[in-house]
Amino acid sequence: MKKVIALLLFLGLLFFLGTGLEQGLKLGDRNTLAGKAGEAYLKRTVNSADPSASPSQVEYGSETDIEENAANTLTAVVVGYRSFDTLGEVTVLFLAATGVMALFFASGKKKRLALAKPNFILSVSSGFLLPLIILFGAYVFTHGHLTPGGGFQGGTIIAAAVLLLYMAGNAYKAPATGLKVLEGFSGAGYLLIGLAGLLLTGFFLNNFLPSGKMGALFSAGVIPVVYILIGLKVSAELSGIVSDYMGED
Amino acid sequence: MGHEWLSLWSFLYGPLSIFLVGLYGLLTQKNLIKMAISINIMDYGVNLFIISLGYVPSAEAPIYTDAVKTYLPVFADPLPQALVLTAIVISVAVTAFILALTIKIHSQYGTTDLTKLGEMEL
Repeated sequence: MKKVIALLLFLGLLFFLGTGLEQGLKLGDRNTLAGKAGEAYLKRTVNSADPSASPSQVEYGSETDIEENAANTLTAVVVGYRSFDTLGEVTVLFLAATGVMALFFASGKKKRLALAKPNFILSVSSGFLLPLIILFGAYVFTHGHLTPGGGFQGGTIIAAAVLLLYMAGNAYKAPATGLKVLEGFSGAGYLLIGLAGLLLTGFFLNNFLPSGKMGALFSAGVIPVVYILIGLKVSAELSGIVSDYMGED
Repeated sequence: MGHEWLSLWSFLYGPLSIFLVGLYGLLTQKNLIKMAISINIMDYGVNLFIISLGYVPSAEAPIYTDAVKTYLPVFADPLPQALVLTAIVISVAVTAFILALTIKIHSQYGTTDLTKLGEMEL
């Protein structure tokens, strides 16, 4: 009986919220870029000082020195236009990692998690896989401004390599001090880049390097530098969380 | 008609019902780990909904490549995707913290059941 009431409440709430939202939202086929408020912004020219000039046609592989010259538009939003937001996000991740560490080590050393004896295939193949996974993670965060991916994704891939080491051999222990130092330095580097932008251009986290040619590895100014720092920071933090959960010897 | 119905269900009612399933779990479950799972399900519902707001029919991913040299014909909206990227990272951090708290509670009191914890003399 209770379940039936819960189901009825669920359906009632679903259709109440759904029918309320349905009319105002531009969903699915009703959604065109022309209907968006940001269309004028999307099509505005970036090569002239007058924003209402005729729209410039940005072209991959030939455009140089336009603002936030990242081929991956998403990265331009995350680390370019909304970089301050990302700084806050990195801070939240840092606080959570610190909180996990503080919880586990407030009451003395935690005993190591007793895993089952690693499979022979896993322990042998982890040696081959480890450099490949780390290389792939580094590729993902250094090419964050060109291809899908970026600092958070690449950092997570590298943390998965650390988890693989924990799974494969019972003797492995992540270097906790080294991880903390790496995390601290890359986080401070992000802030320093922001302060350098403030000093050189007058805006915090603004781009102060030349933007280069769209689609080249050395392009988009400060974006790849910031994403590499974020990648290092996230990989150190998530590896730290993994090793905190696994415990000490 | 059929097409409109399908897009409404996949972009509005689907994410909304995933969110409500998570809400139901959060309200009814007494195990702390199940509550953490419910919070994650709510996260996924909200993320799917935000992503679907940026959907544009027959659009490309908002990345310039050799195949897609200009933003015409059309790109999907990158802003909701950027917001969801932030939300995913935050939810990972919060989940790690919740689970660490749960492990601490279990090692201290020997249970993760909320009613048993409530009955205990803390």
